[in-house]
Amino acid sequence: MGSGRIAGFGGQPISFSFDGKPYQGLKGDTIASALLANSLSIIGRSFKYHRPRGIFGFGAEEPNALFDCTLEGLTTPNLRATTEALQEGMVLRSVNTRPDAQTDRNSFLDCLSAFIPAGFYYKTFLWPDWHMFEPRIRAMAGLGRLDPHNQPMPENAQIAAECDVLVVGAGPAGLLAAREAAHSGKTIILVDAGAQAGGSLLHDAAVIDGMDGAQWADGIVSDLRENGQRVLPQTIAYGIYDHNLVCLWERRVGKPDRQWRVRADQIILAAGAIERPLVFADNDRPGILSAQAGLYYLKRHGVLVGRRIVLVSNNDQALSIAPLLREAGAEVTLVDLRDGKRIEQVHYRRKLEGVTISGTRHEADCLLVSGGYTPTIHLHAQAGGKLAYDESIASFRPRERLSGLVAIGAANGTFALSKLLREASIAGGGDGTIPQIDLPERGTGIQAMFPEPGSSGRQWIDFQNDVTLKDIELAARENFKPVEHLKRYTTLGMANDQGKTSNMNGLAALASLTNRSIPDVGTTTYRPPFIPVPLPIIGGKRRAQFFNPLKRLVLERVHREEGAVFREYGGWLRPAFYGGGDARETIQREALAARQGVALMDGSPLGKIELVGPDAGALADFNSYHRISSLRPGRMRYGFMLTERGVLYDDGVTAKISDQHYVISCSSGHVEGVAARLEELRQDQFDPSRVFIHDQTAQWATLIATGPRSRELVALLNLGAALDDASLPHMSFANGQFAGGPARISRVSFTGDRSYEISVPAGHADALYRQMRDQGEALGLTLLGSEALLLLRAEKGYLIAGKDSDGTTMPHDLGVAGPREKRKDDYIGRRSLFTDEAKRDSRAQLVGLTVEGSAQLPTGAHAIETKGGKRRSIGFVTSSYHSPHLQRPIALGLIENGLSRMGESIELFHLGQIFQASIAPACCFDMEGERLNA
Amino acid sequence: MQLFPCPFCGKRDETEFSFAGESGKLRPALGDEISAQDWSRFLNQNGNPRGRTSEIWVHRTCGDFFLMERDATSHEVLSSHSLRKDG
Repeated sequence: MGSGRIAGFGGQPISFSFDGKPYQGLKGDTIASALLANSLSIIGRSFKYHRPRGIFGFGAEEPNALFDCTLEGLTTPNLRATTEALQEGMVLRSVNTRPDAQTDRNSFLDCLSAFIPAGFYYKTFLWPDWHMFEPRIRAMAGLGRLDPHNQPMPENAQIAAECDVLVVGAGPAGLLAAREAAHSGKTIILVDAGAQAGGSLLHDAAVIDGMDGAQWADGIVSDLRENGQRVLPQTIAYGIYDHNLVCLWERRVGKPDRQWRVRADQIILAAGAIERPLVFADNDRPGILSAQAGLYYLKRHGVLVGRRIVLVSNNDQALSIAPLLREAGAEVTLVDLRDGKRIEQVHYRRKLEGVTISGTRHEADCLLVSGGYTPTIHLHAQAGGKLAYDESIASFRPRERLSGLVAIGAANGTFALSKLLREASIAGGGDGTIPQIDLPERGTGIQAMFPEPGSSGRQWIDFQNDVTLKDIELAARENFKPVEHLKRYTTLGMANDQGKTSNMNGLAALASLTNRSIPDVGTTTYRPPFIPVPLPIIGGKRRAQFFNPLKRLVLERVHREEGAVFREYGGWLRPAFYGGGDARETIQREALAARQGVALMDGSPLGKIELVGPDAGALADFNSYHRISSLRPGRMRYGFMLTERGVLYDDGVTAKISDQHYVISCSSGHVEGVAARLEELRQDQFDPSRVFIHDQTAQWATLIATGPRSRELVALLNLGAALDDASLPHMSFANGQFAGGPARISRVSFTGDRSYEISVPAGHADALYRQMRDQGEALGLTLLGSEALLLLRAEKGYLIAGKDSDGTTMPHDLGVAGPREKRKDDYIGRRSLFTDEAKRDSRAQLVGLTVEGSAQLPTGAHAIETKGGKRRSIGFVTSSYHSPHLQRPIALGLIENGLSRMGESIELFHLGQIFQASIAPACCFDMEGERLNA
Repeated sequence: MQLFPCPFCGKRDETEFSFAGESGKLRPALGDEISAQDWSRFLNQNGNPRGRTSEIWVHRTCGDFFLMERDATSHEVLSSHSLRKDG
């Protein structure tokens, strides 16, 4: 006996397996209904005590029926059987069972339950170390298993939508509200968790406008669709966010699921209510289901949950289903707890055998229970809505409507059909007129029945996390009285059902234990998501390149042809070195060659931010630590940009084109930041009509020729500009022509060698590159990647802002104190350079580190000082390379007082290793700078 | 996701905006005469009032800074105004 399909209910068969055995269900089944149809009573084991468990509910509230489900080779853990459509070939595995649900070998834990109450682990496994016990405890507790192969591709589409009215729930209230809203000309989106609209109308007998409830629902849905409104079945509104943004998870069979982000002027919450269990000893036994579940499985799936059913209720609503169960062939005993009856004992031996109620034993293979209904107010509460306790329904309901959200129907604690339809009509913009209904009018007639502390037996509050009334008593005794503390201590409501069936009973028990009223205890905070949502739904395509797009060079394809190996630098994908050989050798070779002849590199990501207008010079000065406007037109100056805290933000070269035109070439990783900062200064500190900012970085490509023969190469390009050192000295620029367009030739150097940066419109980059490559052949041209460039600049002690400086580095820490001492006008960060902190004499300063020996210092190694046997960090290594020119390791570091400790030898520490080095000037190659003009 | 009204582009997602400062908080004018306390107040201290606030925000995609009044508790946006002379 037990549950099973009623005669005459047929359909297309679907094969599946459960714990290794084959079964058949019908098309249209949920996993839960298929299991019940196969008389499967024990379908899993509980989280902590490994108690046998059966299906309790029929929707998102289901606490017990979770499965690892394998379909087409991929396993998804913890699928909720009540909300998953059965599919051909599904392989279901019960969770937390070994070897299976029926004969779980950890079921002995249940006998030890008296010794493992709430907080047991916290109190017991303290000594010597929790981590010693953790692996075995974790192996015995828990739910499903992750399949490492199941890494869904980012194929879940995300749709942004807007509507006037979003209706959540397509039960009678939601449907009527949607119809009214659509009639008044609003655009609506109607969503429902089920595959078919209708909600309770699909299993509750009601005749509306002369139609069967399901037919009435279908009529509204097709009418809405015909009028261009969106109706989304199998879609769950799982979260509400600021300004009425609601996130939906749309389930689709045979296609990837989708996420909808709906912005609605008005949200009508018609999500119904969830039936609560009754709390009595052994109330978690398989075969005990919610009363509504009994009706649902019968009407929707033709499954009778038992042949001898005892229906126990504290309200009218649940009792009214008895005739329907009888009609289907079940023997039903009604027990109305409002008559003072009490459930005393559940008789269970491998299966449910009966129940003793007030001294009378009733034989039963199924016990249907109803402890009342908890309105599904999650979205209201997530949106910040307050709740009020309503005695008449023994539950919380929304205290008031929010400006953009109104709860109606059962979600608002209104259960009578005529009343909830009236609410729906008004919420949808109608006048409160309701359709003709034919249904015996009934209220809930509920009499609150909450757990009775002190009563005997193990009474389950939270099925999924194995929290019993005794655990709540213990928590109250130990003074975990605020409901949020109760939750964390006992884990009540913390499982993946988030306490949908348990929270109300739990907080009522706490109220009674602490002599408070239920509203005094209140609820825990409601947070999204309403049900567990797979992360790919939330993430969508926002992964990797779609999450953080790389910036790409206009010449990327050309570099690839040259065999470049690419790496990311400050968000840009740039050639690190060329050729497929050993990286270290290649980089050393590129660096050596660059100082011998001529090297070509792509400097296009360097910033090119134009300042134009009468106040351009003043803005450039205010932005910069170094004065810029004192330059002569045609000249360039290297300088720093500071934050208002006086800390180095970026460095770069600014060119003065005329008194009203400057170009700031900041470092490639800081272009957006510098442009934004300039724009803020322009609008905040300047007259925005007298200076304009234009970031031209992407419009111009820059190719750099560096090395002693670089001028020869540039001369061969015939750019039409004088290149002799008198006309074009270091830190100046000239305007030329290339391919009929402009070309700016700048003499700046990041290698320490004579260098020319040639900037042309991005469209000419390819032609310029090929010409430099061809002309350079005779000169022994080398391609220079970013790695070798970084090495060359480190030989010269040129810093990289953010690498050789940190969030405390001020310009005088870098040995650049001139403007701080001499500039009298204001600039960003100026005041901060004269604080006590800025004047502190133990500041970390950038210096070179001469290594003793041939081992390179690890970047990040700490310089240490040992005093009284204790090590203290006095700084760290910021850059470290092997110099091919000096044939020894070189390094830069930020060291306390470094600039006044030249020659001192220091110890460095890294992962247990000790290194020796001495402090030296940052520049260790061509100290006089002669190579700039060599 | 909040919606902020840029005075030029209309309502856009909050991720397109950055906070720039509390309105009326002026950068102290030039010089060493700015006391350490005043400077520290400028750098570090915000009123961060509960409820109604008046702030400067920038819509990064169009680059314009504007004044927005909003309720920091309820996240209700009360108004936004251009800071342009002609706006």
